[in-house]
Amino acid sequence: MPLLEVANLKKAFITPDGSEHLVVNIGRFALLEKTQAALQGESGSGKTTFLHLVAGILKPDSGSIRLAGEELAGLNEAARDRVRATTIGYIFQTFNLLQGYTCLENVLLGMSFGPGPNRAAARELLKRVGLEGRLDHYPRQLSTGQQQRVAVARALANRPKLVLADEPTGNLDHRNARESLALIREACQEHGAALLLVSHDREVLAQFSDVQQFDSINQGATAEVGT
Amino acid sequence: MTLWLLIYKSLRQHALSTSVTAFSIALAGGLLMSVWSVKEQSQATFTGVNAGYDAVLGARGSKLQLVLNAIFHLEASPGNLAWSDFEDVRKNPNVELAVPLAVGDNFRGYRLVGTALDFFERSEYAPGKHFAVKPGGRMFDATLREAVVGSFAARKLGLKPGDEFHPFHGLIFDEKNQHSETYLVVGVLEPSNTPTDRVIWIPLAGIQRMSGHDPKAATDVSAVLVKLRAGSAIAGFQMDMMYNKQGNRLTFAWPIGRVMAELFDKIGWFDRVLALISYLVALVATASILASIYNSMNERRREIAILRALGAHRTTILSSIVLEAAAISALGMLVGFVIYFAIVSGVAAVMRTQTGVVIDPFKFKPVMLWAPAALIALGGLAGIVPALKAYRTDVAENLTPIS
Repeated sequence: MPLLEVANLKKAFITPDGSEHLVVNIGRFALLEKTQAALQGESGSGKTTFLHLVAGILKPDSGSIRLAGEELAGLNEAARDRVRATTIGYIFQTFNLLQGYTCLENVLLGMSFGPGPNRAAARELLKRVGLEGRLDHYPRQLSTGQQQRVAVARALANRPKLVLADEPTGNLDHRNARESLALIREACQEHGAALLLVSHDREVLAQFSDVQQFDSINQGATAEVGT
Repeated sequence: MTLWLLIYKSLRQHALSTSVTAFSIALAGGLLMSVWSVKEQSQATFTGVNAGYDAVLGARGSKLQLVLNAIFHLEASPGNLAWSDFEDVRKNPNVELAVPLAVGDNFRGYRLVGTALDFFERSEYAPGKHFAVKPGGRMFDATLREAVVGSFAARKLGLKPGDEFHPFHGLIFDEKNQHSETYLVVGVLEPSNTPTDRVIWIPLAGIQRMSGHDPKAATDVSAVLVKLRAGSAIAGFQMDMMYNKQGNRLTFAWPIGRVMAELFDKIGWFDRVLALISYLVALVATASILASIYNSMNERRREIAILRALGAHRTTILSSIVLEAAAISALGMLVGFVIYFAIVSGVAAVMRTQTGVVIDPFKFKPVMLWAPAALIALGGLAGIVPALKAYRTDVAENLTPIS
């Protein structure tokens, strides 16, 4: 049974000239548990909007998003927040660390709205990503590669079933990108989390056996990955 | 725990605006509590101080002036009354105790008041409390040029038993008006926290017969303190009628507390103006919380979006902003208590020097509870507007550019 099942998903935005622009239009998309898949697409293709829909940040205009057996599309915002806090980890291109919080506090916040803060587990996660000596450092005191490592630790803090990674290496140099990607994949595997990564970077995509063209599934096509 | 961490971090991240707005709350709270406490305590003290007497009999004039002169040792005497008037009131069957007072001289600005030993031996300045001389001193001999000094005056003038001084004529100190008589200090009174502490007490005859005073007035007194017999409640009305309505030579200021209460009624507008200013400062301070948090919302949008992406509910964000505003008020009120104690201590020192009346900055007053509670609640209310803005923050829009 797929961890994530998307069917007939549509999301449109109103443009400044008042017309409706359909950004997401997916016939069927599925991702199995504990698998890793990548979506390839150019900037502006709707990948981030799709991830926001899957994360419950945005509500679809129509269609179904079934995550771990729960239908997201029918849930109210508070319930979607709960699902996001307990089931999903999110890694952003720009890391999105909270600048006023230490590494440890950033990871603790990743737990706070879900299972609850656990300092020992947060320390362990930071140790796993090689930052055991940077627990009390603030993001500005870290390199970009280290910041992304904190973001990875935070994404795994709530023991998610699904990790969404939106261009996670887009702000990193080649070496850091390679290391970060390897870390994300290993950490997800260790934690039993499925990984859905979107990117336009061919070097990144080359690391995945399951790569779908986002443009093709975003035109009503069907895709099942991780099988 | 998470909520408090969010609030703590936000306060730290906006430390400057937090400090400025908290200080404005501190000023408002400190001012409000000070105005209220000084008003209540001074009113209670001034209307409660009567040196154990019910009324003051004096020359025809203002009751307030009479009370201020005879009880608080402020103001000039409205005039003298004859010894026979004192004798009449002393013999009145409704009067338990009548004590004559004579004023007209000072020593370096501190009043000399002539009185009878009854004032010390039979008066109760508070229920069950009599005036007492500190160890090493004694009460003056009514036939000699001796003085007993109130504790505050003794401290300020540096007088102690064995010291001698020459009084000065008049109630205001003027070096050119020194009397030739020499008075010996024989005792210092224990503090009573009443206006008595600011006075140098000498025998009645000392004032009456001081060189330079009119010999024709040598038996006159400035006022008579009157204590009515217990249970003769109607006596006050009768004497009020007799002296104030039927007579036209003398004034009977009774009851003392009501005379002072009338003064506070007359100057009540001043309290109300001060209270109004405090309320306005509180409103401005509250508005400053609203403005400072609201203005920071733009820079906070990304942070709010990140928190929401981590699973924080809208209500968590709303609560954190409202509580942050309330926390700024609460921090302000902590400093507000320091400001309160500073203001009231200053006022108390001035009041004690000028009137002898003592107010206690550390005395608990209900305003110390309701003013902080009201300002913290107002702070929380001020947080609602920016909190609603935070509540409506679009997560997707502020999280990352749509690709």
